[in-house]
Amino acid sequence: MSKTLFDKIWDAHVIKVAEGGLDVLYIDRHFIHEVTSPQAFDGLKQRNLPVFRPLQTIATADHNVPTKDQHLPIQEKLSRDQVEKLRENCREFGLELYDLGHPYQGIVHVIGPELGITQPGMTIVCGDSHTSTHGAFGTIAFGIGTSQVEQVMATQCLLQRKPKCMRITVDGALQDGVLSKDIILYIISKLTAAGGTGYFVEYAGSAIRALSMEARMTICNMSIEMGARGGLIAPDATTFEYVRGRKFAPQGADFEAAVSKWEQLYTDVDAQFDLEYHFDASEIGPMLTYGTNPGMGIAVSEHVPDMALPGDSPVSFDKSLTYMGFKAGESLLGKTIHHVFIGSCTNSRIEDLRLVAEFIQGKQKAGHVQVMVVPGSQQVAQQAIAEGLDKIFSDAGFDFREPGCSACLGMNEDKIPAGAYCVSTSNRNFEGRQGPGARTILASPLTAAAVALAGKIVDVRVHFNQN
Amino acid sequence: MEKFTQIRSTAIPLPIEDVDTDQIIPARFLKATTREGFGDNLFRDWRYTSDGQQKTDFVLNNPTYQGQILVAGKNFGCGSSREHAAWALYDYGFRVVVSSFFADIFRGNALNNGLLPVQVTPEALHAILQAIEQDPATDFVVDLENQTFTLPATGLEASFDIDPFRKICMINGYDDIDYLLSLKSEIEAFEHAQ
Ligand code: SF4
Repeated sequence: MSKTLFDKIWDAHVIKVAEGGLDVLYIDRHFIHEVTSPQAFDGLKQRNLPVFRPLQTIATADHNVPTKDQHLPIQEKLSRDQVEKLRENCREFGLELYDLGHPYQGIVHVIGPELGITQPGMTIVCGDSHTSTHGAFGTIAFGIGTSQVEQVMATQCLLQRKPKCMRITVDGALQDGVLSKDIILYIISKLTAAGGTGYFVEYAGSAIRALSMEARMTICNMSIEMGARGGLIAPDATTFEYVRGRKFAPQGADFEAAVSKWEQLYTDVDAQFDLEYHFDASEIGPMLTYGTNPGMGIAVSEHVPDMALPGDSPVSFDKSLTYMGFKAGESLLGKTIHHVFIGSCTNSRIEDLRLVAEFIQGKQKAGHVQVMVVPGSQQVAQQAIAEGLDKIFSDAGFDFREPGCSACLGMNEDKIPAGAYCVSTSNRNFEGRQGPGARTILASPLTAAAVALAGKIVDVRVHFNQN
Repeated sequence: MEKFTQIRSTAIPLPIEDVDTDQIIPARFLKATTREGFGDNLFRDWRYTSDGQQKTDFVLNNPTYQGQILVAGKNFGCGSSREHAAWALYDYGFRVVVSSFFADIFRGNALNNGLLPVQVTPEALHAILQAIEQDPATDFVVDLENQTFTLPATGLEASFDIDPFRKICMINGYDDIDYLLSLKSEIEAFEHAQ
């Protein structure tokens, strides 16, 4: 029978079908971080259970960590306690921890792929909704709650009902200045913040094939922002070349053997999806969000809609615009911006930093703008320094910091002040996400860089058309 | 997990759509390492000003509305996977959330913590919100066994779906983990076969 890529991986991981029709799904890799794990460890202690497969469990500290002076103790007590708790738990349960100061530390969804832990055909979970990132390698990867973190620690399994499957095909070539971040913001704006609920998404089409691994990760990362549990892309030569030689990837003959298995991971020609969408890449412009969920997106050249979409509540639409300080029907071009954040598991990889550095080289940020550039991991940071990107950032007046989640969520010291706008390469523009009262405008790293230089919202395509 | 069979309670209306888990419990309150106490910070930034004063226009601060049932707009619980959102709602005293649509991870987290997500049609949601507006003291009955949500005062009745396995777990207060632990030898056999 013809199968989708998703079916092939899922079916290969079902140990049995439980009573009531739920699948007992085997989990190959489990990532944990300090925020969603302590209560799960407590559960194990109460039941007097070990971690069942410690070698398949990888821990790092990312959400609470400061992005300056990481060699010093964390200032804020509760954050320090939570990271300390993770250390204690990892010691007690015998888990590898990429702690602050470790050369592999970083945002959990950045380090998994760069260390070669994430490999095609796997099932991967983490108590974090952006686990969908790992789907870029042709894995089934999704976020779970803390009760499930405990289940996976205890049994390496989850009880799951198989979700429905959707395919989103994007064909054609992107305009200059348009990145994979714009593709996914565009898709979410079309499907809405709930349009993918109940589905796993396969991204396909020539525009997706043409993307690098890092650009693919940006797409899969934001699958959750349309409500989907995860997104995945069939592995191909681009994937294999990325994985080759990485620390925890199979080496030598084992790698070649793995590739021949991974080559079977594609959707059969006549496989059926529950839902399909098609988009044309050439129609996608640089995207911005104007509201308080990632579905509220427009191309930079478009205007904020006049009213809520049919079926949506006008009350929620108005509440959202009031929070953002925008008017229905207006253009965002030319709006003054005081903060730019380049980072998060969506856009903090070396290619993102290279793109930004190349764009701003020899230029200066606008005087009133504060720009944070936060690499996703120690390895990204070291690579950026080796390539001299840190110098380009500091010459331009950008603040190049140490790795972590940073201003993606208002949990550590990096926050955006109440009422201020922040053009951000992160993934969520919810009320207060970047700090109480902060107003987030999601965008690509190139748009963020262009805004940092101009001090206001601009269409980055102008720059490319001049050259 | 607490057992859930039936409750009768007044309800609190929150007719906002896309209520994300960052609103339910903002990230800066996720630093506790136990499950208790999150109710204090439920909807923190909607409930309190930055200097800690109650915002009188927010429904949880309005004594007219009380109860164990929260009635919210569609796509409730979207965003982050934080189970703290379910803990916060439960800790505050909610046992049921009614909406016309729930985000997946939130739904799962709620069910794992004895908080029942009741998904009704948009029309039923509208009728329920109207009924609360007309009489905030009106009681609703949530019956998990029969999968019904009723308004005895008017006879309005909505049915809701729930995964049959999750239903049994909620009624009996079972956790998935007990079942999974019982499969240990099958899990090991699966690993060997790889
Ligand atoms: S960078 Fe943001 S979205 Fe990504 S894991 Fe960290 S907090 Fe979550």
